[in-house]
Amino acid sequence: MSKTAKTVSTAILAGAVATAMSSFAHAGPLTEAEGKAAMEAGKEKCYGVSLAGTNDCAAGPGTTCQGTSTVDFQGNAWTFVSGGTCASIEVPGGRMGSLEPLDRDLPA
Amino acid sequence: MQPHRERGDLDTAGFRAAILNPAAERPTSITGPNGKQAVRRFNVYRNNVTVSLIDALADIFPVVQRITGKSFFRDMAREFVRAHPPSSPLLFEYGHNFASFMETFEPAARMPYLADVARVERCWLTAYHAADTATLAPARLGEIPPDLLGDTGFAPHPATGLVRSKFAVVEIFDANRNQENVGRIRAGIPQDALVTRPGHDVAVTRLPDGQGAFFGRLIAGGTLAEAAEAGANEAGGFDITEAIGALISTGAFIAAETRDQQD
Repeated sequence: MSKTAKTVSTAILAGAVATAMSSFAHAGPLTEAEGKAAMEAGKEKCYGVSLAGTNDCAAGPGTTCQGTSTVDFQGNAWTFVSGGTCASIEVPGGRMGSLEPLDRDLPA
Repeated sequence: MQPHRERGDLDTAGFRAAILNPAAERPTSITGPNGKQAVRRFNVYRNNVTVSLIDALADIFPVVQRITGKSFFRDMAREFVRAHPPSSPLLFEYGHNFASFMETFEPAARMPYLADVARVERCWLTAYHAADTATLAPARLGEIPPDLLGDTGFAPHPATGLVRSKFAVVEIFDANRNQENVGRIRAGIPQDALVTRPGHDVAVTRLPDGQGAFFGRLIAGGTLAEAAEAGANEAGGFDITEAIGALISTGAFIAAETRDQQD
């Protein structure tokens, strides 16, 4: 057995499991009915439903075939102006992550 | 005038090359009625493909979009979509490499935490769609003979994901996902995010010091002794009892298996 493997001994692990188990027992294990109720409560929330719909086709733009085309398609409109929350997230070094448009050559 | 082509005569390679790249030549196999050119029709279609993929990314990564702002996000997403079209027809599987793309996307360099936040969001959606499976019953641990505990490994729940970050990913994720106003956040605090879905709700938990290494080792197939070791080595404040409690309470695992003694 290697030296490092002894760092956490069987006795420590067994004790930790026993303590962890007892804290669960103290809280009272959920009865089957309680467990089921908790699961049902979770089911009702259903957030993320909109995410489940991401397989929709883009039925909006272009369906009338008028050559409609949103700006997303149009070339490289590099508009790095941000209304995002990054302005309040402080990065190491003290700079905020604000996004002024970058002064650099636009890609061809 | 384009030569008339039969149905099924589609030039798929040319179609693929042109469908996301406005600079590419329109595939000659696409024609209107009577063999007329179909440039505008094709442009509409190409636009819709591009927009729908960007929209899908915005749905998968709402926190990233909120952080960067919509116009930045869409510019970044458009670049990604063109470089990495989906490999699966299931759009909820899209964007697994969006985070690593952000790390190389120069305009995002001012938000070094962004990629890890994206990883948390991608884990969130994977957890959301993961198979339903019962989590490890607390009593199961008690059934393992104490001298075999150290050699016990745990099978992760299909929803379980771990993002270890040098940045305050859990705080940034939570504030942008669940709160109306985002106050000042110091990003430079390392945080480990454990993503689980014990019932039907996805949970993103910030792990205490050392538990990132502990869970990481267990998820990778390590034993309880190895995981405890990893946790203790990483953080002086690592508490093995607390970690084992979290192992049970987070629902990150579904089964415990004691390794063969010859291992």
